Amino acid sequence: MRLTICWLYARTMNIYGDRGNILALVERCRRRGIEAEVVELGVGEPLEPGRCDLFFWGGGQDREQVAAAHDLQGAKGEVLRAEIERGVPLLAVCGGYQLLGQFYRPAHEPELPGLGVFDAWTVAGSRRMIGNVVVDSPDFGELVGFENHSGRTFLGPGACPLGTVRIGYGNNGEDRTEGCRYRNAIGTYLHGPVLPKNPQLADYLIACALALRGRSDHLEPLDDALAWVAHEEAVQRARRERQGLRHFWLLTRRWSRLP
Amino acid sequence: MVGMATRLAIVTGRIVAWMMRRSGLGGGTALPGLVALRLAPDLLTRLARELPSGAIVIAGTNGKTTTARLVAESLRAGGVQVVHNRSGSNLPRGIAATFLEATDWLGRLDGDLAVLEVDEFALPTVVRAVKPRLLVLLNLFRDQLDRYGELETIARTWRRALDELSPDATVVINADDPILAELTADFRERRWTFGLEDPAVALPTLPHAADWRLCPRCGAALEYRCVFLGHLGQYCCPGCGFTRPALTVAGQRVRHGSAGLLLDVRWGDRTVTVRSQLAGVYNAYNLLAAVSAGFALGLEPEQLVATLAEVPAAFGRQERVWVAGRELTLLLVKNPTGFNEALRLLESTRRKCPVLIMINDLEADGRDVSWLWDVDVEALRLLSVPVSVGGIRSGEIALRLTYAGIEPQGRYPGVVEALDRWLATLPPDGCGWVLGTYTAMLELRRELARRGVAVEFWAQ
Repeated sequence: MRLTICWLYARTMNIYGDRGNILALVERCRRRGIEAEVVELGVGEPLEPGRCDLFFWGGGQDREQVAAAHDLQGAKGEVLRAEIERGVPLLAVCGGYQLLGQFYRPAHEPELPGLGVFDAWTVAGSRRMIGNVVVDSPDFGELVGFENHSGRTFLGPGACPLGTVRIGYGNNGEDRTEGCRYRNAIGTYLHGPVLPKNPQLADYLIACALALRGRSDHLEPLDDALAWVAHEEAVQRARRERQGLRHFWLLTRRWSRLP
Repeated sequence: MVGMATRLAIVTGRIVAWMMRRSGLGGGTALPGLVALRLAPDLLTRLARELPSGAIVIAGTNGKTTTARLVAESLRAGGVQVVHNRSGSNLPRGIAATFLEATDWLGRLDGDLAVLEVDEFALPTVVRAVKPRLLVLLNLFRDQLDRYGELETIARTWRRALDELSPDATVVINADDPILAELTADFRERRWTFGLEDPAVALPTLPHAADWRLCPRCGAALEYRCVFLGHLGQYCCPGCGFTRPALTVAGQRVRHGSAGLLLDVRWGDRTVTVRSQLAGVYNAYNLLAAVSAGFALGLEPEQLVATLAEVPAAFGRQERVWVAGRELTLLLVKNPTGFNEALRLLESTRRKCPVLIMINDLEADGRDVSWLWDVDVEALRLLSVPVSVGGIRSGEIALRLTYAGIEPQGRYPGVVEALDRWLATLPPDGCGWVLGTYTAMLELRRELARRGVAVEFWAQ
């Protein structure tokens, strides 16, 4: 078995340790005897229908995001939309997630058109939403990651969020929704990177890709003890931050050693 | 002579510093400055004016502390009395605290010249206040995204700092960094450029962690003839012809190993050989920065070279300590490029030593640990030495290592616990590398000081 993973704008949109997501996908395939090939697709490079089994799209700086938005206006965007419609799994984080909505409206620059896959839109906010985030997802359980965005994403009536924020900001810091789902496409603000620490999400994407190739058997479970240790560690950090303890951590370390 | 309000601020700040040290609350490298700045917001401007030979400001993502130390020591050897924030406390409050320490109770500043390393974001504020005669810009890498944001944001901040410079100030830049070359393009007459000219130390490809792949002028993908470190190298743009500027000071024939560095430095038609105890290609850049600053200040080349050879490593930067008979080398790692360079240093030494990696995610470390996934930790697998992990995010780094095919030998969440349990696994007269983020290193350092094997960082 062989899967082709397409890494959209790998060179320009990979700012938040996004490589970790690719590593998780490839490695989790390999451990199950599935060969995974990663194809990087940059600005100006055409997308062939039916070639890729899974898409990943990361976050980028403003300038790179603008280039990607324009690159997807036209045939390439059409193909990507059709692939998602066909059920090809996709994970988009932060900048990529924003461009899968209807539009992205920056504070001063002209509005960026999105692909419109998600019934969602993003407007620039004045404050950055930064921190560890814990999300409860009906399908994936507890998800943990780190968010860092000033864009505020709002979901339309037809949109399905990835989950509900337990700790952190999520889509907009107001309605406690986080991420968005459509068919097998997932958009989220969780980086950190998200897949190594949430192996169930990685396996979902792989299972979708296999199912599309006619292999709907269950994925063999892997030894994920360490992944859950890292997961729990991140949840603990989020909890501690919420309690505001991090500011006192160093001080308490010192005091504990005084006679 | 400073005014009454300033003097009051100085006295108050000094009292705070004195009390902090008496009560063991730390070295007083920030809080006294914060208090004094509250009382007299123009404190830095007023005190900097008292310096007969002005100030030198050094900024960059990696290498600030080491370069500032090299420059300060070179000046000291020439008989200059230097005011220097050697503890690495590089926000305005830290710089104010440094100035306070150099004043007497009457508010008189005792010093000829200030050498200040400055935080990336604080650069415009500090440059406006102290009006340096020399501004040294080392590099711009991705660092602590949760705090610094995107590279373009920092570049814009630095542009504001450059606009604050007085018209007779000189800038010294690392020309191998395309962002810095473009930022300072209009400084042509009063710009010193340094860089490497040695294909032997070039990397085979642009590393994954390279942050800047596009031409800062036109946005096309840059082409590299040589990549030396991160996105630093000999670049040119196929789109607009933007290219690395001619070098005023060029580093050639870099020879590096665990014992240190040796490189030839050419400027004009002269060449000198610089020797240093600091190892790693990244320190070749720090040395070049210090040499360029020294030349720009008019220091004697022979004396400069002699001093540089004697300067030891700064806090946690390739510092060597002996604990219970084991020789440990401490390496501070803060961002993907710094971590990659630390690993390159490990590769370049022949001695096989076990490695302990300690990752914290407190404010000063950067709360976002996703950068670990941009580090090429795969290099450790080729070294085939045992690797252990520690710190608040020991699970995260352990997971990262397993994805690189490295099974961590031990995982210890606490820093002190990690040190003890890991030390016990080393042979009695063995050696070890400790790589750690800022607060992990700070805690480790404090513990070593308590045991009497190292001194507190502010007293170094």
